[in-house]
Amino acid sequence: MSDFKIVLTNVVKEFNRRVVFEDISFSLKIGESIAITGKNGTGKSTLSKIVAGVLSPSKGKVEYFADGKKLDADRVKDAIGFVSPYLNVYDEFSALENLIILSRIRSGKSALAARVEELLKLVNLWSRRDDRVGVYSSGMKQRLKYAFALLHRPRLLILDEPTSNLDSDGVEVVKTIAQEQRKTGILVVATNDKTESAWCRRRLHL
Amino acid sequence: MRALLSTYALFAKDVRSEWRTRHALNSLLMFVVTAVIVILFALRSVEPNPELFSGMLWVVIFFTTMSGMSRAFVAEEDRGTTLTLQLVASPGVVFWGKLFLNSGLILVLSGIISVLYKLFFSGFVVKSPDVYMASIVLGSLGFASASTIIAAIIAKTSGRGTLYAVLLFPLLIIPLLTAMNSTTKSLEGAPFNDAIIDFQTLLGYLMVMVAGSSLLFEYVWKD
Repeated sequence: MSDFKIVLTNVVKEFNRRVVFEDISFSLKIGESIAITGKNGTGKSTLSKIVAGVLSPSKGKVEYFADGKKLDADRVKDAIGFVSPYLNVYDEFSALENLIILSRIRSGKSALAARVEELLKLVNLWSRRDDRVGVYSSGMKQRLKYAFALLHRPRLLILDEPTSNLDSDGVEVVKTIAQEQRKTGILVVATNDKTESAWCRRRLHL
Repeated sequence: MRALLSTYALFAKDVRSEWRTRHALNSLLMFVVTAVIVILFALRSVEPNPELFSGMLWVVIFFTTMSGMSRAFVAEEDRGTTLTLQLVASPGVVFWGKLFLNSGLILVLSGIISVLYKLFFSGFVVKSPDVYMASIVLGSLGFASASTIIAAIIAKTSGRGTLYAVLLFPLLIIPLLTAMNSTTKSLEGAPFNDAIIDFQTLLGYLMVMVAGSSLLFEYVWKD
């Protein structure tokens, strides 16, 4: 999957006949990034979920292409990493168990131990890797979400409220992750924070 | 092959999670034990016939299904892990993983209920073990198939408990009555061939439920 592209065409989302947003169209390829901004309730998180392929648009279409070919739904999840306040990992498992279990569900096989170690060290959770996530602080859980999102080296990384609950060290780690992703993949950031939206070259205001 | 491994990984995750938390297992075991003891006290001066034994057995399995099988999806929704699963697994993987979980859970509980009946009721004698086993397995799988798709439907709604019971009850009537009928035959000592029509009905129900559910599940799961 050396080349990857996402195309949104005239996307509309309605909840109970209330139009959240309409006619959203954009395309992104490797090396591109976009910040989705807007006031509360304008649909930033909803659009993030649609881009991540976990929510269907009411109208319009979202297509993913790899090496010029359209990806089917089952392959799309291999290319997407998502961090969101609406996403949780399992409290009853440790950080290490969560990453191994979720990688097995995603691909049928465990993630490489070296990759798991690299990511847990990146998000500064390696020393707490065997503790149950239930005892983690909200900031530590947010860090673990980054390890989960990056585990399979996604071509498209979507960050919804990327630095919520994080301390200054955590914010720096996320900034580094975002910069790296902008070079090697596609970055989508849904935020109201001007600093975070500045990580992206393009902007979509809802 | 990859889908099979993913399905197994999801099933193993749920078993491990349940073993660690014992949220569903403890409450269901408590329900099963108290229900059987209540029946024991209620019938202490009566010697039930096979039809009554069969009815009481399936009533306990029926209410166990009604009270506990929704957890497969409700627990994911309550913990906020539905989105996580949507990101890592296709709808097919989730459906089959949860179906296997519910099937395993209800088969284990049906086994425990059968053992408790054997221990507590001297008149509960299975004269045709093959018919009894087939009734329990096919009836339980029928219950699991219906409860899995209904659990997925109600997980994102409010008033889940009521809705689960209301939607599930009509779906369980057919396997309930059929399994009760074949279980009665097993207690009366009927040969396997006498219950074959019941087993065909249960198998047909199971196939229709699983086929229909697997087609419907993607729409239920994604939005």
